[in-house]
Amino acid sequence: MTTIPMPTKEKFIVPIGPQHPALKEPGHFEFAVDGEIVTDATVRLGYVHRGIEKAAEARNWTQNLYLVERICGICSHIHALTYSLGVEKLAEVEVPRRAQAIRVLVAELERVHSHLLWFGVAAHEAGFDTLFMYSWRDRETIMDILEALTGNRVNYSANVLGGVKFDVSPEQCKVILTGIDFLEERTRHYLNVATSDSMFLQRTRGIGITRLRDAQRLGIVGPTARASGVIRDVRVDAPYAAYDEFPVQMVVETAGDLEARFVVRLKELFESFRLIREILANLPAGDLQVKRFPRKIKAGEVISRVEAPRGEVFYYIRSTGGEQPDRLKVRTPTLCNMASVLSLSIGHHLADVPMLLVGIDPCFSCNDRGVTISGNEGNGRWTWERLRQFGIDYYARKV
Amino acid sequence: MTNFSLTNEWNNVLLKVKKWARINSPWLIHYNSGSCNGCDIEILATLTPRYDAERFGVKLQGSPRHADVLICTGPVTRQSRDRLLRIYEQMPDPKFVVAVGSCAISGGVFQGCYNVVGHIDEVIPVDAYVPGCPPRPEAIIDGLVKLLTAIQKGAPVEPPAITQLTEEIYDAA
Repeated sequence: MTTIPMPTKEKFIVPIGPQHPALKEPGHFEFAVDGEIVTDATVRLGYVHRGIEKAAEARNWTQNLYLVERICGICSHIHALTYSLGVEKLAEVEVPRRAQAIRVLVAELERVHSHLLWFGVAAHEAGFDTLFMYSWRDRETIMDILEALTGNRVNYSANVLGGVKFDVSPEQCKVILTGIDFLEERTRHYLNVATSDSMFLQRTRGIGITRLRDAQRLGIVGPTARASGVIRDVRVDAPYAAYDEFPVQMVVETAGDLEARFVVRLKELFESFRLIREILANLPAGDLQVKRFPRKIKAGEVISRVEAPRGEVFYYIRSTGGEQPDRLKVRTPTLCNMASVLSLSIGHHLADVPMLLVGIDPCFSCNDRGVTISGNEGNGRWTWERLRQFGIDYYARKV
Repeated sequence: MTNFSLTNEWNNVLLKVKKWARINSPWLIHYNSGSCNGCDIEILATLTPRYDAERFGVKLQGSPRHADVLICTGPVTRQSRDRLLRIYEQMPDPKFVVAVGSCAISGGVFQGCYNVVGHIDEVIPVDAYVPGCPPRPEAIIDGLVKLLTAIQKGAPVEPPAITQLTEEIYDAA
């Protein structure tokens, strides 16, 4: 019998995805491991790339509102809000204060739903399924409120260009406040679990520490960055909609590990509850929509920034004076945070990787935007002109 | 290989037992082939305590090889088409497909996007459709129950013919 000498440093690659039990969304990861320890990590994104930015150029300003809402089902209101704020700025339309306050109200309710959803999924990754079931049970409270308010559980379509679609009645106020009281009590319990349950802390405390310097270098955004001590929140730095009237207190932690990310998100919930109560108590009087919103938007370009539950959402909108946008560019928080997962997982146990991934609160549907086309023309950087020409030729061939 | 055959009578009993087991514990696998996440969170909500689909014996599975029902959400994008077919092919027979959401049924708002192939039944055969954007958890449960009722009433459990698309993919691989 001959023996084959084993190489001392064998590289073993663990492929994960795109269909995998950990997340409900497709993403492909490859982790090179040395025993239990991850030594290298790569990601392949783009399974959910649909080409929304291009599709937006073929639809009119109002139709796009419903298209951008479906960039992401979890933060659908945020996308529609960013888009409408941008288009309204471009059209130079002043939106009534009451409409802006209701937009903020829905945005904060959505933040509550999104953070509770994340908390459940994170608990599931940690192997704590009981907590997952509890937090999703409680999340139904907020889904009921959103449904009572807007008529739909997920894609609320609260925004129209120049205002909102619905008003908040005193009865609805009462329902919201009861729900918020219940959730506040539950959130206090969850914060207690996340910071004191010893089994849970073994999965979170000291895992995936991101220092302030690294967080800034990697360009991490949102609660993930605030858990590393980055003082950045669009709601505070550049108040939009009605956030100047109803200011928020930024929640910042400095530890930078997974526990800090849990704490930041759960503490943000208290801030959202406070804000919702404040808005309901001081809802400004006024109209819900502007009288008339132009069908054609004058030529120009605008950027619009909004703080989504996962971090900063950035829209660039350009108009040439027509009924459709000339260009719509979307930048969402998950792609900014994805780099941190890859660099963090190196040196960690493979078992910690799902927790690290879920720690940034990934959302692949708004993440998958780029597409690389490799053809005979050679790879490399594509200029806008070349891409445009490619699109024209592609559709010409198709027809 | 040993050759053994059952008498007709016993074979019928075996089929009955199989059907009983199939209806009482359908294990699901969920694949998002380009959805916006809206339907996915509603599918998850269906499994959590308020709606509790587990009372029908439904269980979400991680591996296609353990699943009976494939729940698909979203339009099929160019990147995920091959993967969707592969998951479908990996599932043991008999297998059923439920398309959840407007996009899965017709492409929804994403119709005509350059990277979207189309709806689910352009790629794999679908047994039940659940409309809505996104459908409520009650609707998803209703879709599942309708599928189970159809199986009980004797819907065809023989696998549909493998599509030509699949063969192309295996040739390419």
